[in-house]
Amino acid sequence: MINLQEVIETNKMIEQENLDVRTITMGISLLDCADKDLTVTCEKIYHKITTLARDLVKTGEDIAKEFGIPIVNKRISITPISLVGSACCRIPGDYVQIAKTLDKAAKEVGVNFLGGYSAVVSKGMTKSDELLIRSIPMAMACTERICSSVNVGSTKTGINMDAVRLMGDIIKQTAEETKEVDSLGCAKLVVLCNAPDDNPFMAGAFHGVSEADAIINVGVSGPGVVKYALEQIPDANFELLCETIKRTAFKITRVGQLVAQEASRRLGIPFGIIDLSLAPTPAIGDSVADILKCIGVEHPGAPGTTAALALLNDQVKKGGVMASSYVGGLSGAFIPVSEDQGMIDAVEAGALTIEKLEAMTCVCSVGLDMIAIPGDTPATTIAGIIADESAIGMVNQKTTAVRIIPVVGKTVGDTVEFGGLLGYAPIMPVNTFSSQRFVDRGGRIPAPIHSFKN
Amino acid sequence: MTRAIITVVGKDTVGIIAKVCTYLADNEINILDISQTIVQEFFNMMMIVDLTKSVKAFDVLSDELAKIGVDTGVQVKCQLEDIFDKMHRI
Repeated sequence: MINLQEVIETNKMIEQENLDVRTITMGISLLDCADKDLTVTCEKIYHKITTLARDLVKTGEDIAKEFGIPIVNKRISITPISLVGSACCRIPGDYVQIAKTLDKAAKEVGVNFLGGYSAVVSKGMTKSDELLIRSIPMAMACTERICSSVNVGSTKTGINMDAVRLMGDIIKQTAEETKEVDSLGCAKLVVLCNAPDDNPFMAGAFHGVSEADAIINVGVSGPGVVKYALEQIPDANFELLCETIKRTAFKITRVGQLVAQEASRRLGIPFGIIDLSLAPTPAIGDSVADILKCIGVEHPGAPGTTAALALLNDQVKKGGVMASSYVGGLSGAFIPVSEDQGMIDAVEAGALTIEKLEAMTCVCSVGLDMIAIPGDTPATTIAGIIADESAIGMVNQKTTAVRIIPVVGKTVGDTVEFGGLLGYAPIMPVNTFSSQRFVDRGGRIPAPIHSFKN
Repeated sequence: MTRAIITVVGKDTVGIIAKVCTYLADNEINILDISQTIVQEFFNMMMIVDLTKSVKAFDVLSDELAKIGVDTGVQVKCQLEDIFDKMHRI
């Protein structure tokens, strides 16, 4: 039988160390909503989402209350919309119409984000994919809760450099279209390589074509819990350090598994995966950067940071895998800048640069995340950054992503405030040497060889 | 059997346990186990209870117990046992 110490430990994690379930994300296939008529497509989409997800928010709230564990977000991911709209969308404005429908459906069911305004173009772009991509700036400007992602490469296909180049422009246009709100649209737009089909985390969530009609995926979190556990062993060697992270990750993930199974049972929708990610928030004590500091670097960015992050990421997976029947999604530590107070501090202290963050993304999910850069950064430079990050993902067979915000009218030394979970960020300097000739070449970077691994 | 854990945390006050137990008895909730300790001068009590015959729905119980806590200056929480079981037992 459970004893008092165990009860106290669990409740302390929840009340003082910010343990929560970060998201219950319902994946919904919209493939059966495709129609040659745009109005009919929109009607079918709205009906399917509002029917299947009708009880999602209420169920999440009930579970949170009954188990006494906060469930921060209730969200939806959908089939990449470029597949659903291909028969009825003739101009980018048609896709914007679908975006508005999705936004309306998200508001109706009460979820705070809906992801899947997406295209998967890792090898080539269909006409429909390109229309969708060109509609992103307008769609981000006229919706509130829609997240967009474009997958531009994979280990098996290589990198679609035409799409990379285009996304440089699209990010700039999105920043311009939403300049009144510090280019916030770019915070809801991510460019991925090796995007998983079952990711519950925004902005990269979509419901891949390999998935069932509807599914429940859960993202756990808990950087504060890991940090607290490590604070108790300040001088431990690596063996004890790793063991402690593993044990903590196990406990965190078991809660996620319980919530996922309960949500699945109550909603009558199959359980998909648990995403084992340490996802920070701007709240004090909910920081991945603070864990790195606990492990022993003065600030993230100091020499040793990449190794510390690698061991953290690996131990979280080792502990989490045993705690869950199905693991998937991104599963790794997130290192966003604006959403993590410790990362912001590191940037302000001059310890952390984009180049070091890029190195860190080689050993953890997911990529250059929530980084504000000067508004006058050229589109070709952004494309160059995307190409670099995609190459890391492609060669290392992992997911990588770029979510950067070229904030219109701001430059290094300024700060940008996104609010809520998105936090605030100092504008980070970007290497000013040109990538134009490289990204303008056109075509694809071939898939890498899978042997001779050195 | 649906089991829940009720925790009471706060400054030690006369009659806390009596109030919670009376409330549980009035609502046909059977107490299976009680333990308590003092941690950093705070009174920590835990009850394992059986909700099978409870006359009230879980959310009502949870709110009313929390209110008893507020009225007596302590924190009273009611959570399904599964969360502790899953976290601490393989």
